[in-house]
Amino acid sequence: MSVEINLAALLHSYTGGASQLEAHGATLAEVLADLDRRYPGIRFRIVDEQDRLRRHMRIFVNGSDARDLATAVKDGDEVFIVGALSGG
Amino acid sequence: MAKRPARKPAARRQLLLSVATRKGLFLLRSGTGRGRFRIEGPHFLGNVIHHAVLDPRDRRTLLMAAKTGHLGPTVFRSQDFGKTWAEAAVPPQFPKAAAGQKARAVDLVFWLTPGHASEPGVWYAGTSPQGLFRSEDGGKNWEGVGGFNEHPMYGKWGGGEQDGTPDGPNTHSILIDPRDAKRMYLGLSGGGVFRSDDRGANWRPMNQGCRADFFPDPYPEYGQDPHCMMLHPLKPDRLYQQNHCGIYRLDLPEERWIRIGEAMPRDVGDIGFPIVLHPRDPDTAWVFPMDGSTVWPRVSPEGKPAVYRTRDAGASWQRQARGLPRTQGWFTVKRQGFAADALDPVGLYFGTTSGEIWASRDEGARWECIQRHLPEIYAVEAALV
Repeated sequence: MSVEINLAALLHSYTGGASQLEAHGATLAEVLADLDRRYPGIRFRIVDEQDRLRRHMRIFVNGSDARDLATAVKDGDEVFIVGALSGG
Repeated sequence: MAKRPARKPAARRQLLLSVATRKGLFLLRSGTGRGRFRIEGPHFLGNVIHHAVLDPRDRRTLLMAAKTGHLGPTVFRSQDFGKTWAEAAVPPQFPKAAAGQKARAVDLVFWLTPGHASEPGVWYAGTSPQGLFRSEDGGKNWEGVGGFNEHPMYGKWGGGEQDGTPDGPNTHSILIDPRDAKRMYLGLSGGGVFRSDDRGANWRPMNQGCRADFFPDPYPEYGQDPHCMMLHPLKPDRLYQQNHCGIYRLDLPEERWIRIGEAMPRDVGDIGFPIVLHPRDPDTAWVFPMDGSTVWPRVSPEGKPAVYRTRDAGASWQRQARGLPRTQGWFTVKRQGFAADALDPVGLYFGTTSGEIWASRDEGARWECIQRHLPEIYAVEAALV
């Protein structure tokens, strides 16, 4: 599966400034693993060592809030990875 | 006759202050005369930097503990004094919890300590929630120290979330005995002081004589709140700590803390966050008292900031406030915010939560503000490079 990633500016230091990317995977966990292979370190800034989305991060799949990394994604899905309105 | 090669001039050493703030890292440099400090930065603007430490073994590797309001914690490493940085491949993190186990996640890396001189590349990190981590490759890959993180008493020693600091419970003051890489100490806020004689494989509390006013039993085996602990490099059996409940000294093999803060003026008290040691005189130390009365304002008592120095291992203390505001100076200096250099006379530097750096070139006799308007300062470290 190939999904469209929209990445918040707070993670652009990992992607050389790119905000729109493609990533592969059938679940959010696989998509994040794919991103981490290409941009080492990015996953741990978003997800903790217990595979929980960090408190002040949010992921939306086609506009719906997705907190569980087991969430399935399909070809062409839009995945937004953003900072929450918190975190100071 | 062959010409003698021209002698290279000796490299001029510089003093480097690394200043970790809530909004990035700043580096201040001066010559060894400490006449003028030049500031560089911010590095990683907007990142919360809890500690940045230069490796005294190579005087080149700078490690920095960072996170942001949104992003998880990590460690960055520079080998060119901040021109370029590389992120740890595996930052400090707890193992994935098995079903039914408590799932711990590192919220922030709070403290960094270079390892023993005989173990180049070894570093230790203390985290919140409480955790001890070790790197053997200069901070690129980190692993938990199981002897501490998985100790059967871990949960009791560190207590629950309400037993920590306002920013969470943390592991700090990771000290390595310069005579023996296997002997280590650390502080838990809250939890107390702990000692290991086998490179962290086993730990035991070392809190006798140290008060914990916030418990029904004020002298428990553990549960104290050591704000900052230091070991003297030339007399490693001597430890000092600025505790939530006073200033203490311990001289091994006796494992009993003596409250040397009793000799502080009563109207100032002996509460504070940092303690700094003279690099060559084990009897000399400095503290920065704060108001720990009533609701714990955590600012300079009566708005009159002052450093206090002892030259007799805590038997007496002298006020050192020349140059500091005489009134309406409501300073807070955090536990990592006070540092000494190794020059003669010793230079002292403290950073305030209101973003000022104050320096003394003469062991505290006179103070001068060398930088204003920085973000909230968490840590100041001094190194000769």
